[in-house]
Amino acid sequence: MITMATRAGPFTHTVNSISRTMLWVMAALLPATAYGLWLFGWPAIFLLVITLATALAAEALMLKLLGQPVRARLADGSALLTGWLLALSLPPWAPWWIGFLGALVAIVLGKHLFGGLGQNMFNPAMVARIVLLISFPVQLTVWVAPAPLGSANAPSFSQALTYVAGHSTLPEHMSAATSLGVLKTEHSRGISVAKTTEQLPPPEQLAIGREPGSMGETSAGLLLAGGLLLLALRIISWHIPLAMLGTLATLALVSNALDPSRFAAMPIHLLSGATLLGAFFIATDYVTSPVSRSGQLLFGAGIGALTWVIRSLGAYPEGVAFAVVLMNAMVPLIDRGFRPRVFGRSRRGQSLDTKKPKIPL
Amino acid sequence: MWSFRVRGGVKLQYHKELSSEKAVVPMPLPRRLYLPLQQHIGAPALPVVVVGDTVLKGQLIAKAAPGLSAPVHASSSGTVVAIEEYVAPHPSGLRQKTIVIDTDGQDRWAELPKPITDDFPLGVTPAELNSRVAAAGIVGMGGAAFPSAVKLDLKSRYQLDTLLINGAECEPYLTCDDRLMREEAAAVIDGVRILAYALEVQSVVFAIERNKPQALAAIREAARVEPWIKVMALPTRFPMGSERHLVLACTGRETPSRKLTADIGVVVHNVATARAVARTVRSGEPLISRVVTVSGRGIREPANINVPLGTLVEDLLVFCGGLHPVPHKLIGGGPMMGAPLPSVQVPVVKGTSGVLALTADEVNDGAESPCIRCGSCVSACPCGLVPLEMAQLVRRGDLQGAQAIGLQDCVSCGSCSFICPSHIPLSHYFNFAKGQLGALDRDSRRQDRIRSLIQARNERAAREAEAKKAAAAARKAAKAAAAAASAAAPVDTPASQLEEST
Ligand code: SF4
Ligand code: SF4
Repeated sequence: MITMATRAGPFTHTVNSISRTMLWVMAALLPATAYGLWLFGWPAIFLLVITLATALAAEALMLKLLGQPVRARLADGSALLTGWLLALSLPPWAPWWIGFLGALVAIVLGKHLFGGLGQNMFNPAMVARIVLLISFPVQLTVWVAPAPLGSANAPSFSQALTYVAGHSTLPEHMSAATSLGVLKTEHSRGISVAKTTEQLPPPEQLAIGREPGSMGETSAGLLLAGGLLLLALRIISWHIPLAMLGTLATLALVSNALDPSRFAAMPIHLLSGATLLGAFFIATDYVTSPVSRSGQLLFGAGIGALTWVIRSLGAYPEGVAFAVVLMNAMVPLIDRGFRPRVFGRSRRGQSLDTKKPKIPL
Repeated sequence: MWSFRVRGGVKLQYHKELSSEKAVVPMPLPRRLYLPLQQHIGAPALPVVVVGDTVLKGQLIAKAAPGLSAPVHASSSGTVVAIEEYVAPHPSGLRQKTIVIDTDGQDRWAELPKPITDDFPLGVTPAELNSRVAAAGIVGMGGAAFPSAVKLDLKSRYQLDTLLINGAECEPYLTCDDRLMREEAAAVIDGVRILAYALEVQSVVFAIERNKPQALAAIREAARVEPWIKVMALPTRFPMGSERHLVLACTGRETPSRKLTADIGVVVHNVATARAVARTVRSGEPLISRVVTVSGRGIREPANINVPLGTLVEDLLVFCGGLHPVPHKLIGGGPMMGAPLPSVQVPVVKGTSGVLALTADEVNDGAESPCIRCGSCVSACPCGLVPLEMAQLVRRGDLQGAQAIGLQDCVSCGSCSFICPSHIPLSHYFNFAKGQLGALDRDSRRQDRIRSLIQARNERAAREAEAKKAAAAARKAAKAAAAAASAAAPVDTPASQLEEST
């Protein structure tokens, strides 16, 4: 037994803790979230509240069932963050049971079935999103045109309640499609990607995010700002986001140059869909990404590549969630293969030889 | 330079300002001195005094044991009142043989070896210098307490070319080396020259972390007379003072795993050790005092104090105005690699660089949570290890597995524990596991011995049995031969006799 009676040092500690980390991540998500809530109005606000509440309740229930300290673990903020990320990736006007079911799946199936915090192999929010997408493809691909709070199109509080309760369907004039979705459907109808692109919002608008899409994914600029904040605070390192965005950008550039009628341009790949949310907030999830820097580079590059492949060659317009989960599965392998070099040993683990010093003073 | 040669490390809160502007002050002579016989790595010294003896300051009271060891001298004049088991400054609270001296307040010096005052080249050979350092009981004063003379003797077995002086002082709170470099730069540099002379090396690097600009300036100034001493300013990053990492940062040479820095031609000595060597050579004085930093927010008046060895921590704390909020932890050494003190009734020894009284918010003990695989420990480890995985293996009891991924390469710097947001005591696990492996190792060696003894006994038994059998067979054969002979003899045996013999 390891005893703590004469616990050795260090007798000093960083101020960092799990809850501090989670709180900063949520703080970094705040701008994009606030923008999404404003853009999509009351139904989006209800959706966020539902996923957060469900995630917390499910977490508390599971902790209780598993005999873990409920209060302390709940306070670490991990469940809240999972619920939050899930909400951001859902269609903003999704009915209540989508948010409820999603959060339940994320916490129970995606997290606690694997052993709880730190043990899950896949990103819980992405697992939930995929399960929802496969089980309820219709509800998960209903997009609305932006209807900012206070604008003429915006549903009132009570109207919003009826949408979220699932009592009324979307008004015809509100339904819309995402950029990536348009590209995919038009391409399947034989219309050149280059041609479709002309009708899409230009890159500047994609960066601002006033377009149809998931609740918190539309504003590339605000997501990037949040990501940069996390980088500056050293809560995440640059390895995963840069590798992911770099790979995706490179593949998009090259493919688009080779065949612009078939492959979307680089800005569309980077600025729409879950690309930026994924790069800074989802792929960087500590638990489900590799621990070594070199492993993180490979992991990020893998997500970037898979995202491009799924979007360009696969059946779904969106690829980030699938790409992340697929790479999550590779993490144990990557962690095994990409350890740092041990001091005083060669990469293969042998002690360095003691021949005469190479660098004379 | 650290940035591309040495990976990992952590940025700490240094708290050096608590004591860095406090000049070294002398400690008033305590009433009693407690001098443990083992203040170094190796075998305990052997007492040469008995209870009742009067001793003088600087007098030898325990001689070095054969092998790796160092002698102990009286740090003031007085009477030996006991040679007994006493609590050692070690977290275990174990007792060890200690010579207790009642001081007489007169601080009378014993006759000391003749000072060597000549300028360079010194009038003595390196070998003579070595034996003086050995006789003075000097050990590494940075914490490891390795007998210095043994380190000076490495040149007989290794091809050395560089002496590295460790003035990094990378532990938070500690400022004793900083003060020494500022206040006694000339003596320190003199010690460095003597060490270089004794080691017969051509190049010397003096490494100081950049957070000590005054010490850097003072040493640069003092080293001007010796342009071959290269003074290097190092980035402030923990664990810069770790020997192997310091060597890499300063020379670009990486010490192979499980080898010594001497294997790549470098010997490292601490600044305080250099000063002690200069003292011994220039005035004949053995190692009987050292500068100790007393600090932490639990101390009323942090200070740097020149303390006679054997002074109780309690006396030191009283001298510093006592503890003011009740401290959470009392530590010997720095907060990263130091150890908790079992009580205030332990003496200051040769390796004591600091006594820290830390309050609860300085220690920041949090409850342990599950590992979230954040990888902070991996980026922080200066040895390229994967602490989270190693800890998992240790927790599961798979020591071999942990060993396979580098447990023995861990230098116990504590960076991983420091950085872990889940407050997992990683380095504690590794120390525990290393201790276990050491015990297992000793155990398996003992078992091997027992096994070979048993085997020898079995073999002997087998041999004896064999011999017995052979003897029995021989006897039988002889008997049979005799019987055959007698049967062959044309003598009629009576029937009754025949029956008896069957
Ligand atoms: S204590 Fe060991 S494992 Fe932890 S950072 Fe230091 S060398 Fe690495
Ligand atoms: S620093 Fe702590 S929580 Fe992070 S990976 Fe290492 S052990 Fe796990």
